[in-house]
Amino acid sequence: MLPNGLEVRAVAHRAVPIVSMVLLVPGGSSVDPPDRHGLTSITAGLLDEGSRGQSALDVADRVSRIGGDLDLEVGADAVVVGLTTLDRFLETGLALVHEIVTEPNLANDDFNRTRNLRLERVRQMKDHAAAMAERAFARTLYGSHAYGHLAMGTEASLTAMTVDDTRALHAALFAPAGSTLVIVGDRSEEELLDAAAALFAGWRPAASPMTVDRAAALAPPPSAPLARLAVVSRPGAPQSELRIGHVCAARSTPDYHALLMLNTILGGQFVSRINLNLREDKGYTYGVRTGFDLRKGLGPFVVQTSVGTDVTVPAIREALNELRDIAQSRPATTDELSLAFNTVSKGYPRGFETATQVARSVAQLALHGLPDSYFEDFVPKLAQITQPEVSRVAQEYLSLDRMTTLIVGDLDKIGGSLPELGLGPHQVLNIDF
Amino acid sequence: MQLPYTKKTLGNGLDVIVHEDHQLPMVAVNIWYHVGSKNERPGRTGFAHLFEHLMFEGSAHHDHGFFPPLQRAGGLLNGSTSMDRTNYWEVVPTGALELALWMESDRMGYLLPALTDAKFNNQRDVVINERRQNYENRPYGLAGMALSAAMFPPDHPYHWLTIGSAEDLKATTLDEVHAFFKTYYHPANASLSLAGDIETGQAFDLAEQFFGDLTPGPVPQPIRGNAQLESSHDLLLEDRVELPRVYLSWHSPAMFAPDDAELDVMADVLAHGKTSRLYRSLVFERRVATDVSSHQHSREIAGVFQVACTAAAGVALAELHTAVRDTIAEIARNGPTESELERALIQSEANFIYRLQTIGGFGGKGDQLNAYNVFRGDPGYFDADRQRYRAVTAAGVAAAARRFLVDPPLVTLSVVPRGRRELALPGAIEVSVS
Repeated sequence: MLPNGLEVRAVAHRAVPIVSMVLLVPGGSSVDPPDRHGLTSITAGLLDEGSRGQSALDVADRVSRIGGDLDLEVGADAVVVGLTTLDRFLETGLALVHEIVTEPNLANDDFNRTRNLRLERVRQMKDHAAAMAERAFARTLYGSHAYGHLAMGTEASLTAMTVDDTRALHAALFAPAGSTLVIVGDRSEEELLDAAAALFAGWRPAASPMTVDRAAALAPPPSAPLARLAVVSRPGAPQSELRIGHVCAARSTPDYHALLMLNTILGGQFVSRINLNLREDKGYTYGVRTGFDLRKGLGPFVVQTSVGTDVTVPAIREALNELRDIAQSRPATTDELSLAFNTVSKGYPRGFETATQVARSVAQLALHGLPDSYFEDFVPKLAQITQPEVSRVAQEYLSLDRMTTLIVGDLDKIGGSLPELGLGPHQVLNIDF
Repeated sequence: MQLPYTKKTLGNGLDVIVHEDHQLPMVAVNIWYHVGSKNERPGRTGFAHLFEHLMFEGSAHHDHGFFPPLQRAGGLLNGSTSMDRTNYWEVVPTGALELALWMESDRMGYLLPALTDAKFNNQRDVVINERRQNYENRPYGLAGMALSAAMFPPDHPYHWLTIGSAEDLKATTLDEVHAFFKTYYHPANASLSLAGDIETGQAFDLAEQFFGDLTPGPVPQPIRGNAQLESSHDLLLEDRVELPRVYLSWHSPAMFAPDDAELDVMADVLAHGKTSRLYRSLVFERRVATDVSSHQHSREIAGVFQVACTAAAGVALAELHTAVRDTIAEIARNGPTESELERALIQSEANFIYRLQTIGGFGGKGDQLNAYNVFRGDPGYFDADRQRYRAVTAAGVAAAARRFLVDPPLVTLSVVPRGRRELALPGAIEVSVS
């Protein structure tokens, strides 16, 4: 921990002369002000659009001169600035990350240019079935909660934004205290720590007219979704893009490992129940998966797939059956659990092969306040999960009564058969919300 | 940085390449079959890829899904099909290496006895859904098909994409699967690499043990194809898109051929990153485009150089088309600047090193060794490959641009919102793709 409150973690990784650094700033799209959805994302996006008086082109030139791979990512709970470069450019790379994070220009012209590109992208998203599904699903599950919108924002919110908003958010959000810098590379840990301290020790928080509400993500989401069965109409679509799920759990749940086992069995890998049924038995889809998207606040459980238009109803029915069965009539077996345990535990080291993978994993520990021993304890903890526990979490965390089914597809073709699902009347969502 | 290896060829013609890396207790198994969609014939397109799916459905001595035993062992696995080759890989904990080799060996030698109509029909449905998901229901998803069809004549093996046509997939029979397997799936048409936590001597012993008794077939004749555009074509495709996009496509050198690296650098200078010519001019300064991209797609027997540019709202595609042609002509006259070249070469060097980070998976070390072996007959081509890029000069890039992108005919494709064909380049002719 540096005196300014920035936590620095270093890991020596000696495979190839590559260094990877990740700066994690807690508070992602969930800290967007209610009338400024997309503000965190556009502010993070502006970091490499010019800094310390130099232009965006200068910054891009510096990144490419070190063969760098610069990544500005905004998730629901955090902003992640990642840079991977060759070992010999460690110091240059760190200086670059430091500069763009602490002294971005946030100039009006760059803001307007970037905003226009984002507005075009938001319009283009309407042509993309999966993007529409993501957006409509978040909204249907979470309403006006901090998790109810995507990081990108909407046409209306982007249009309403000003460059001053980005300046205020930048000053409020990007502060050393609470943030974590992880450096992983082909050097000793002392060397990596020293290099980081030399640059980041002088980082001071700025004053801002805005306060960032990191607690908004922790507020309870709506007790019921906006709809049980919702459709976004996409005339002529050859497939129906599906999302099925509900608000579920936080990353801090004590049942994390049990949920991981449940998900692996249900829909987290190729040989999961739901993929073997919908793909390998029925041929309805190229693939289907489930996930518990666990976050600081209550994240969603979701089934996602894309199925032939003519099999939309049977595909939904099979997916719902799988969710019901694993919680009730056909609980996970000990054999399924042993397969899931072996898959996850024996494959675990693969997640630490590259410097970038290591840096990102370590940053996640910081975000969720997990102990340093987390990686070592992972497999032993997983080994303790029993079949009755998997059944218990299936019953506790999956609830058929609360599931929302969302379809982005050809309503004219499928509308008539939707009543067969027994989910009540469907609600048609406007794609311009 | 090097990519050291040892190679031996078994008596049945199977190439075996071993690379030791003891960083993690894992081994990457990677098999390339030298067969892709270019080995298909018109009327049966999509076959090589459909076949790849069938390779995961069980073989004679393991007539169940290919995934469960390997996932139980903690392995990660997948496969893919390109126009030129099909690859299959597993990354497994060292203790599960023999399992992975046994399973690969069984499906190389004994796939057909386990192949039923039910499996075949099921995977055909899966592939038809893959096609819908990744091509038909995706904005601009059919552009690649329209371009390949226009660039190459109907009997040229690059006329169609690996996913194939839905009609052809439906017409395919199980008998054709048998013939295809016998022709292409045997040791003499394959290359096996083992990379990771294994001793070289032991690796060769295991390869011999698991693959040595498989019967080879004749090595397939190399596929040839001659394609030149007699004249330029302007095409148009209506799609479910918000913004019009123009594609420009030229014939270019095959993989590793002279000028391939130069055109790779050219693509970088044109559209990689904000400082690239087209991004800077069209997206950053003039703001007439929302994105640009450029690639030298070099394949085994021919290449395609492609630029794509999406119009900002209200901007005519003709303006973008002219800007792209002018920019290319400028580089062809004066070459890239010293600073552009330097950036491109550092990026290329970094990419070579980034590719050494993983032992397996798509693009990992095992995959690269097989790529060099199958396409060059030399797994040790890593260094020579880097050398191709180090040798690139500004004058060389300019000359390649002149030779391939300035005078020769090209195909342009306007993808426009449905019902808005007036947004296409003037004179463009509608093509139908399904």
